[in-house]
Amino acid sequence: MSDKEAALANLQKIQAEGLAALEAVTEQEELEAWRVATLGRSSPVMGVFSSMGAMDQDLRPVMGKAANEVRTTLEAAFEAKRAALEEAALLKELETEKLDVTLPGRPVERGRLHPLTQVLRRIIRTFGDMGFQVYRSPEVETDDYNFTYLNMPPYHPARDMWDTFYTKDEGVLLRTHTSGGQIRVMRERAPEPIRVILPGTTMRYEQLSARSEIEFAQVEVLVVGEKVTFAELKGTLEDFAKRLFGEEARTRLRPSHFPFTEPSAEMDVECFVCGGKGCGVCKETGWLEILGCGMVHPVVLENGGYDPARYSGFAAGMGIDRSTLMRYRIDDIRHFRNNDIRFLRQF
Amino acid sequence: MKVPLTWLKDYVDLDDLGIEDLAKVMTMVGLEVEEIHLVGLPLPEGDRHEFKYTGLPWPADKFIVAQVDEVLPHPNADRLVLCRLNDGKEEITVLTGAPNLYDYKGKGPLDEPLKVAYAREGAELYDGHQPGYQLTMLKRMKIRGVESFSMICSEKELGLTEAHEGVILLDADAPTGMPLADYMGDAVFDVDTLPNMVRDASVLGMAREIAAATGKELHYPDDSLEMAGPALEGRVGLEIMDPELNPRFMLGMLEGVAIQPSPYWVRRRLSLAGMRPINAVVDATNYVMLEIGEPLHAFDYDILVERAGGKAPTIITRTAEDGEKLTTLDGAEHTLDSNMELVTDTAGVLSLAGVMGGEESEVNDQTCNVLLEGASWNFINIRKTVSKLKITSEAAYRFSRGIHPALAELGLRLCLKRMQEWGGGTIAQGLIDHYPNPPEDPLVEISVDWVDNNLGVAISPDEIAKILTRLEFECSVDGDTVTAKTPQHRLDIHDGLIGRADLLEEISRIYGYDKIPSRRLNQPLPPQRMSQEMAMEDTLRDLLVNLGLQELIAYRMTAPGREARRFPPDYAAPEVDYVEIQNPITVDRRVMRRSILATMLEILEYNSTLSERLAMFEIGPVFHPVAGQQLPDEKMMLSIGLTGLRSMPTWQKDKPEIVDFYDLKGVVEGMLAGLHIDNVTYAAGEDPSLHPGKTADVLVDGEKVGVMGELHPLVKANYELGDAPVYVAEFALAPLVGKAKILFDVEAIPTYPPVLEDLAVVVADDVTAAQVEEVIRRGGGEYLAKVQLFDIFKGKQVGEGRKSLAFSLTYIAPDRTLTDKEVSKLRQKVIFLLGKELGAELRS
Ligand SMILES: [Zn+2]
Repeated sequence: MSDKEAALANLQKIQAEGLAALEAVTEQEELEAWRVATLGRSSPVMGVFSSMGAMDQDLRPVMGKAANEVRTTLEAAFEAKRAALEEAALLKELETEKLDVTLPGRPVERGRLHPLTQVLRRIIRTFGDMGFQVYRSPEVETDDYNFTYLNMPPYHPARDMWDTFYTKDEGVLLRTHTSGGQIRVMRERAPEPIRVILPGTTMRYEQLSARSEIEFAQVEVLVVGEKVTFAELKGTLEDFAKRLFGEEARTRLRPSHFPFTEPSAEMDVECFVCGGKGCGVCKETGWLEILGCGMVHPVVLENGGYDPARYSGFAAGMGIDRSTLMRYRIDDIRHFRNNDIRFLRQF
Repeated sequence: MKVPLTWLKDYVDLDDLGIEDLAKVMTMVGLEVEEIHLVGLPLPEGDRHEFKYTGLPWPADKFIVAQVDEVLPHPNADRLVLCRLNDGKEEITVLTGAPNLYDYKGKGPLDEPLKVAYAREGAELYDGHQPGYQLTMLKRMKIRGVESFSMICSEKELGLTEAHEGVILLDADAPTGMPLADYMGDAVFDVDTLPNMVRDASVLGMAREIAAATGKELHYPDDSLEMAGPALEGRVGLEIMDPELNPRFMLGMLEGVAIQPSPYWVRRRLSLAGMRPINAVVDATNYVMLEIGEPLHAFDYDILVERAGGKAPTIITRTAEDGEKLTTLDGAEHTLDSNMELVTDTAGVLSLAGVMGGEESEVNDQTCNVLLEGASWNFINIRKTVSKLKITSEAAYRFSRGIHPALAELGLRLCLKRMQEWGGGTIAQGLIDHYPNPPEDPLVEISVDWVDNNLGVAISPDEIAKILTRLEFECSVDGDTVTAKTPQHRLDIHDGLIGRADLLEEISRIYGYDKIPSRRLNQPLPPQRMSQEMAMEDTLRDLLVNLGLQELIAYRMTAPGREARRFPPDYAAPEVDYVEIQNPITVDRRVMRRSILATMLEILEYNSTLSERLAMFEIGPVFHPVAGQQLPDEKMMLSIGLTGLRSMPTWQKDKPEIVDFYDLKGVVEGMLAGLHIDNVTYAAGEDPSLHPGKTADVLVDGEKVGVMGELHPLVKANYELGDAPVYVAEFALAPLVGKAKILFDVEAIPTYPPVLEDLAVVVADDVTAAQVEEVIRRGGGEYLAKVQLFDIFKGKQVGEGRKSLAFSLTYIAPDRTLTDKEVSKLRQKVIFLLGKELGAELRS
């Protein structure tokens, strides 16, 4: 074996031994010791470099290149090992840092709109998209606006449909429906065309119970213009029902009677609790009554300042509390105004 | 109103229409069916029913018309009898305890067998001995040694009425062996008749609607009379004092009538319609009222003669004298006034016209000759009387809604006929009829165009005429115009334009709402207007929700005493006017609220034990009466309430702190900032409900817009509110809306780096942070972009009666980086001003 061969063999041995020793390293401290021993100043491979000066002139480049390769290999192996050990150490550490993810989060109390406001907003938005504007009228109202101008003069039998709270002031009452606002908006806007909705609180004289309230929210819809027809009433309210109850919602209009509309109708929507099969909520009919509507009565148009020979219109009124109650299967209508925090937090 | 199917069938042929389909027809023509009570008939086929059904079916093999040929005593029991019964197939001995069979016991074979409703073994029926309606099945058993397996039924057992005193005795012509359901099965439709559809508050009225909707023929009841008695003329006088109140009054007479039960089918119909059978005479008046909607009144003629001193009585209709008294047949005594219409005779008051009869002249067990009244009354007058005297009756229900005078005649004739059929006797020759004030039955013209422009569908003149004719309008067609004369059974059709609307309703509902097309609005949009006020309310709601608050919607009705709780006990609250409710539901809700704060405190109280943290707001009106103004001011207000923990407690160790004044202030600041309201200042304020040292007025441009603070401990003691202090704020919305900005300037994001520095000064305790900040801002000038208080310190180091306030200051110039020298100069100016104006010293 020549000197050259012996020297190269020695380098191969240094590399093989170094890699073998690295293989056995499992801790980061051992790795540092390995580095000092294998790549440090007094390591065998460095020994090769320092003995180079004593070598044959011919041999030097060959040996230098070979020694560099060995050192690079060992260094690369060291880096790989270091990364592996670090990752192992991190994984070990992560293992000790395990959280009980089932513990509850730190509560952030979120604010909420009252459920009736939430429903009301959906209704207002839906009609808003169809060009309707919101109009507000007083809650304490005159008998004239609440009844007389709506084609219910004193002692009209239809007044029986509303149990009324009267105030101690002659001719002043708590409005029984939002319809009184119809006349107010017409008188303000005549002869402009009208497309408004009138949301608000209304009051009726009833015994308070789980099923009946004395104060409740209503929304009135009013359209006045030239050649406004029953067909448009139907189309508008059907569109509204689809927006509120879903594209699939089936509706029907059936004749009814209100003194301030003629013809009058009630709109039923297929029961959203049972899907129309019949249940307790829809009283086994498969239908839920959601609103009353009709073509504005000529007397009402006239009282509002519109010539009924030229103008026509339609109106609709719906209670919000009851339909919200049905929708969420709420057991007691009084929850809405008792404001029990345990109830409100569920919305 | 409850309408039996078999009764409807008297006037319109419904054999081809199932119960469910019929109910749909009724609903879609405006007669809303709320429930269908099945009497013996099976539930309609199909798995989807659109109506609620109740009741009991009578299968044909289990429930039979049978006859009892002999009633025998029971060998071992006095209170039981054995009936020899024939069900058309075989003879059976049936055991029963029905008291109405005792009379026949031991009489041998009966000449006229008793017709009964017989239930065979295995029949399911209601248990007559249990309260309510509990199903039971007939089984074979031995009662006192006699085998029993079937039953003769009572009304209750069959689900007809509550009656269980005896078994049903059917009319003698009931065919033995016929399935009971075929003989008397029925379905009762419970129809919600609206107050202004009184024309439909009768079986004939409903039959008319059904006939019109289905194109079937309507059969009027036969009102032909055999008047075999002596003439009525001369035997009773009649005077109408006020034709305005009493447009028509008619009399007829039936002599020699027997006060006996009506036939069973009549009693059953009345029961099913919800009316208690009494006797043939009373039943006939009730029957005809239900049949055609005309209430009638029967007098005992002999009592009237007696009251007239043995002479022919004279009926006088007039208004009462003030203070006149009448005891009605329900036993109540009424004091009358001069607006109330009466039927009287020369001796005094007989009845409250159209409402209720008096006790004295009523038909009774001894009555033999009946004088029958068929009349028409002014409905507004009847309504006034009813509402003043607070009495109701079936007659008043109808007369107070307007009954056409033409019905008086039909009603009188039908009632005489039925009384005679059911109670015997002879009808006196001739009717007395005073008709001083017949209504004008309007003639209305309606064109095809008008219909199209209002309904959105072109209906031909012939079809319009056909529809109206089915409702008994007399129609003529001229080109595109139909002229319709109102039939003589309704008063709800008007003249002219209103009449056209009335006809539109009739045309559209008979034509069918489902056949009218649906279209979107295509009219021009009205001018778009926005309510700044309502838009801002919505913004405010969103802001407060984002700040973590729960919205409330509260009752408007309250009581002055409830609102007074928001003041300390010895506080002399100023006298205020409320909107007072004349007919409150409870004394606790007898006025409209004036204070939104009082509402908030009540809701905090209600919830105080339900949550460790409460953060709420309400936007709503309060009602302030204003002198000389008919309606009160409805002022929109905002209330905020905070109490309890700053955040909800959790499993983590640190217990959240309880909220303080500055939590509330943070909410208020956040809200005002969200509305882009500038120039907000806070000043120590005063409010009777609030802690004197912890109250702030909120000012915008120096004008007070609200108040906030800690609830006064004495006020808090008025409520059950827990230990933590309560913080509330109250704002009137109008000024906030006025100050809020929709448009505002956005500041440029600075390009050059800011210079930050801290400044700590020592001032006297009574100098406020706001005062110091104001001076700093003034001294710092335009380059001082931000001033933030970050520490307050009191203690020996700064001296007695003094405090240290530390601020962090941010200087920025828009066009360059500020030099140290520039900043230092500004700082010197700030320190100088603080020293000069507030006696502040720089803290070392
Ligand atoms: Zn349902």
